[in-house]
Amino acid sequence: MSSVTETRALDFKAGEHPPGRRLQRPEVAWALAFLAPYLAVFAAFVVYPVGHGLWLARDPALYAELFADQRYLRTVVNTVLFVGLGVNLMMFAAVLLSGLFVRREWWVRALLAVYLLCWALPAVPAFVSFHWMLIGEQGLINGLLRELFGIEGPIWFNDGWLALGCNIVAYIWKWMPFWTVVFVAGRMAIPQEIYEAAAVDGATGVRRFLHVVFPLLANLYLVCTLLATLWTVGDFNTVYLVSIGAPARSSEVLATLGFHYAFDAAQPALGIAAAMSALPLVVPVALVLMRRLQAGAVQL
Amino acid sequence: MSVAVADARIATVSPASAERGRQARRVRRWKSVGAAGIAVLLLIWTLVPIYNIVMVALESKGDVFTNTIWPDAPSLDSFWIVITQGYWYLEHFWEQFGNSLYIGVGTVFFTLAIGSLASFAIGRMRIRYGWLLSNAALLTYVIPASFLAIPFYRIMQIYGLTDNLWSVIAAEVTFATPYAIFIFHQYGVSIPIELDEAARIDGASPGQVYWKIYLPLMAPALVAVGTYALLLAWNEYLYQFLLLSSKESMSVPVALAQFFNSDEAPWNYMMATAIVYSIPPVAIYYTFRRRMAAGLTMGGVKG
Repeated sequence: MSSVTETRALDFKAGEHPPGRRLQRPEVAWALAFLAPYLAVFAAFVVYPVGHGLWLARDPALYAELFADQRYLRTVVNTVLFVGLGVNLMMFAAVLLSGLFVRREWWVRALLAVYLLCWALPAVPAFVSFHWMLIGEQGLINGLLRELFGIEGPIWFNDGWLALGCNIVAYIWKWMPFWTVVFVAGRMAIPQEIYEAAAVDGATGVRRFLHVVFPLLANLYLVCTLLATLWTVGDFNTVYLVSIGAPARSSEVLATLGFHYAFDAAQPALGIAAAMSALPLVVPVALVLMRRLQAGAVQL
Repeated sequence: MSVAVADARIATVSPASAERGRQARRVRRWKSVGAAGIAVLLLIWTLVPIYNIVMVALESKGDVFTNTIWPDAPSLDSFWIVITQGYWYLEHFWEQFGNSLYIGVGTVFFTLAIGSLASFAIGRMRIRYGWLLSNAALLTYVIPASFLAIPFYRIMQIYGLTDNLWSVIAAEVTFATPYAIFIFHQYGVSIPIELDEAARIDGASPGQVYWKIYLPLMAPALVAVGTYALLLAWNEYLYQFLLLSSKESMSVPVALAQFFNSDEAPWNYMMATAIVYSIPPVAIYYTFRRRMAAGLTMGGVKG
């Protein structure tokens, strides 16, 4: 019981001033000095770029131009699929796998150590490996298919949907271990007595997961899914390095298409507009997430 | 509470316990088989891309692929080439490695310094409108960094910092500090505020409280966030790619991805470079794993 109150105390809640306490004048100077570096970074590298970006992308004609571009529409579909499938498959698999990793056997610990390699490996080497593994006849995957099953694998990056699938798999490969660890921590925080009480009531296996574990993890699951959604919308590395947008930019997502507009096509305003066009999706998610984080929803 | 549970269990187990026991054993055996099956699949899933890196790095010829799942004549030559910078694409390898290190260390230092100062002012000195600042930090934390990339690049041109390692450090610090503030704030709540007040009554200035009380007590959180910042800088690609263009100022990931643009494709060198580049974060990662996990459970977020 005491552990619950302890984690409550860790809520990320700003502005909990005890009533009647005010800073003295010299203290205010100290506080401002302490805050100055952060305020400077925030103003120079967040406020100014955001403002500048909004100003560059202020022309409504840009958005008309975007919507007239066939590639843009395909990119929106790709982004929705990449985020929708990628995040949900990843989080669901992660929450199931966390059930395996709470076991205490030595081989489970060893497996966890190996599994975490995906996360520990820097993104560029990992995605470059995926690219090379799928590069068609010469790649490892098609080599394996041929040697083991005698099947000729497809040329993965010749079809937009297949290439998108490859991107999703690579993304899940890289980030699933991280979320698994988060859910393992979440499960560890569930008191053993709850499981015992559930066992007495006959809830084991799937029923225990559905009626005991999942409701207790639901809040954490929601917060993590929202956060993963935001990070996946902004993910640049996967698509840029795995499929490189192939074939003919039909597997791009908004983050890479915006980059392509800005730096390959020398239309920075259009590039920013492409990123801005995701804001109607991003802002509501960000607001819900912020409320949850402030309310201390991430108690583990 | 737990005594009552134990009593209840004894009461329910006693009737028809033999049948129950057999069933339970059967269920447990199936569960073990299932767990082992999942473990094998997971092992394959994890190791195939890593195996691919190692296999390509061991190829003796980079441009011709033998089309097998194991190189004909495996050799460590490509590692030697990378270490001795024996190929024109790799002639600045150690310089670039140094750049990556420089970016990493700079990011860690400034993230910890700026983050701990700000969290001290917000959480310990409890300034008014502190909540506004932590909200601003939180918003920076949840908004995807890549959306800021294009304006950020323009701003760096205006500041005259393109092709300068400090522009990358600025970018990494910008995106790591909100997480640092978040974690420090949460961790700081567990340190009694009375310590600060007692020190203040004894005549310590806020600077002394910060340096002599706050920082030492925050050591575990500092280690967790420092590791996080280092790995962030080591992992990040987009900003380094945008902001660093000359061979001398590039970091390793940017140089790695450059291989894609070359006509001749020395893939074995590329993969060997990738392995050398991956060793430090993997080592750091496994060293600080437990502390990282502590940071994660505190924030419940981000790696």
